[in-house]
Amino acid sequence: MDTFIQLTLNGLTLGSVYALIALGYSLVYGILKLLNFAHGDVFMVGSFIGFGVLQLLGGSTDPVVPVWLLLVAITLAAMAGCAVLGVAIERFAYRPLRDAPRIAPLISALGVSFFLAYSMQLLFGAEQRDYDAFALDNGALFFKGFDIGNVRVPLLRIIIIVAAFVLMALLWVLATRTRTGKAMQATSYDREAAAMMGIDIDRVIVFAFVLGSALAGAAGVLFALRAPTFPSIGFLAGLKGFTAAVIGGIGSIPGAMAGGLILGFAEAYTQGYISTKWSDLLVFVILILFMLFRPQGLLGKADIRKV
Amino acid sequence: MSNPTDWDDLSQPLEGAAEASAAEGETSPAVGRDEWVARHGERRARREGVLGTLEQRLQVVPWWAWLTLFVGIICLVPVGFESGYVRRVAFDTVVFMLLALGLNVVVGWGGLLDLGYVAFFGVGAYAYALLSSDQYDIHLPTLLVVPIVAIIGGIVGFLVGLPSRRLSGDYLAIVTLFFFQVFLTFTNNGDDVFGHSITNGPNGILNLDQFEIFGWTLERATPDGLFNIVYLYVALVVFTLVYIALHLLNDSRTGRAWRSLREDPLAAELMGMPVNRLKLMAFAFGASVAALTGTFATALNGSVFPQNFEFPLLITVYTMVILGGAGSQAGVVLGAVLISVVLEMLRDAGGDVRAVFYVVILLALTAFFRASTKLAVVLGGTIVFGLLARFVAGEIDASWTAGPVDDTGRIAAWASDWVIVPAHMAGWVAPVAYVGLVALALALTLLNGWVRIAVLVPTLYLAAFVWENVMLPHPESTRYIVLGAILVATMVARPQGLLGEKRVEIV
Repeated sequence: MDTFIQLTLNGLTLGSVYALIALGYSLVYGILKLLNFAHGDVFMVGSFIGFGVLQLLGGSTDPVVPVWLLLVAITLAAMAGCAVLGVAIERFAYRPLRDAPRIAPLISALGVSFFLAYSMQLLFGAEQRDYDAFALDNGALFFKGFDIGNVRVPLLRIIIIVAAFVLMALLWVLATRTRTGKAMQATSYDREAAAMMGIDIDRVIVFAFVLGSALAGAAGVLFALRAPTFPSIGFLAGLKGFTAAVIGGIGSIPGAMAGGLILGFAEAYTQGYISTKWSDLLVFVILILFMLFRPQGLLGKADIRKV
Repeated sequence: MSNPTDWDDLSQPLEGAAEASAAEGETSPAVGRDEWVARHGERRARREGVLGTLEQRLQVVPWWAWLTLFVGIICLVPVGFESGYVRRVAFDTVVFMLLALGLNVVVGWGGLLDLGYVAFFGVGAYAYALLSSDQYDIHLPTLLVVPIVAIIGGIVGFLVGLPSRRLSGDYLAIVTLFFFQVFLTFTNNGDDVFGHSITNGPNGILNLDQFEIFGWTLERATPDGLFNIVYLYVALVVFTLVYIALHLLNDSRTGRAWRSLREDPLAAELMGMPVNRLKLMAFAFGASVAALTGTFATALNGSVFPQNFEFPLLITVYTMVILGGAGSQAGVVLGAVLISVVLEMLRDAGGDVRAVFYVVILLALTAFFRASTKLAVVLGGTIVFGLLARFVAGEIDASWTAGPVDDTGRIAAWASDWVIVPAHMAGWVAPVAYVGLVALALALTLLNGWVRIAVLVPTLYLAAFVWENVMLPHPESTRYIVLGAILVATMVARPQGLLGEKRVEIV
């Protein structure tokens, strides 16, 4: 039972990070029908920005500001930096290809992903960077917390899960309650019709990239609080995030959240009960099954092509 | 044919070559016309004079003549170069050419984004390794194992394509990418599959058989330990056969069907084409070529490891196909040669690499401005700017220009008089300079006229600074950054690649 609780906790932590990444894929895919391969690398850049700001503020051992402020600062910095990066990627790598054959922006996205990963490796080296969250407040983030049975739920986990869910809730409000959010949904439903109704499509697309990339930046920091980050991490993170988006139904916001959590749980239980080596294989099997039997995902709607 | 203005364009007399190409490039929409109509202006805009005549003469040379010439030149490489290294590079280039040809079937003709392509290369390599080594003590004769591996590759390609046959481009990309990931997981963890060792995991399979054809054993190395050129000729024979076979395939019914499928799958389906079968065929053909390439590349190496087949290799082959021009066989071969040579030069810092940057910049500027006063202004301005900047930097702090240029030679000496190379650089300089360079380069694409030239000068200098101080010391990252940048730039500036034909989406 204790193992099960521990694994559930692992899955929830991992899943909430995956969900944040998946949201970025879903937002962009919903509007542009573009698989943004560079998204995983935006996540990686976010974790590096967080690391850089952490060092600027004195590092984990000797921060110049209170811990809560430090965490908020690195998260916000990563979100802002990634938002700028996302807008730049859209402007220079995708916008010129908007009317090109479908395969063109995908290849451009591959190029951006590769460019980002190796630029980071060039500038900061391939070695792992550790936030060393344990050193914050002499390990308070790990020792404090509450117990479920015999399993300790450390404060850090609570912070990660709560932060992820708060961000998702904010996005949900932004997408359903505000004018821009509604414009986004309309564009995702039918781009041409939305344009005829006076919606500025370019602005909506930029907005989607800002939101998606900022979430990826936050996910990068939340992820890196627990595990070291390195330049090539974006590839696998992007793959997982995309799988989560597909499982949940790509284009659907609640779907991306559900998909991320499902993927997180699946991975945690496989690693705990079966084998750590083959957990990627399981993710692949889940994806194939979904594509064969429910290509629109859990919460997506079937794509009917009109001619 | 939704847009009537296209026809107006055609009916108007075209005055001069420049105008025609300008009209082609900018004003007319790229959607709604077929290939023939789209290239009308291009045909009319044929250059005049000696160059134009030459161009026309070259265009009537048949493809097999080009192929013979090309293969002949590569055959002569061992005559011109004694060094085992150059010969080995020539061999690797032929391997890349074959990989690019195979990928071209899937991406260029089928229009399918196959991100698992390199895994098929790996499947071929591992199949060869398992069928001709002591791993299971199977030693099949070469002439039997090569076709078997090619068929295995085709079957695996077919199986991977099977669940994806109903999927559109993006989903297919993801399924194949995951297949790639599974291949890597399997080869890396294959030393312990329920207690059995299949692939030896990261340790790889060693001591593979050498090729043996009609009783001749093709030794990997010459008696003095150099690369044996026999393998270069084996590779060239395979390349020539594959090239001819694929060329004929492209001219066949299937080839035409693939092209129609690529342009519009829905319309192709409505015309009664077996879309799923065609997609699977493209997949299987590409996979089979990759697996075939895996055989002799592995036989030469004598061993196979999981890390030979990772993501950078996939991007490398993609860059070759995209830069050369997806859909054009000659194009992807050219792309393979260019990229392979550049990557080889970027293997180590120093030597001729330093010069490559300046040559490329010079060529790019000349191609962009043609021989005009603007070119002179930019070049002169950059040189003066550099001398000034270096002088000022040296006056402020002598150590800023005291950096060692680790290389002797004319270019190195010249560069050390012009570029700021600090003895010790603070940690923040490299990221700031690099990000600044990327930002400036991107901003350039938004500017026009004299403002652009004013920004171009410091950008060029900053580029030289970054190249000398940041990129040259880390060639292993630089080579892949170059690939990523080429992919994006080609897609944005010239999606048809160097030799490809402009594709026009018909609506």
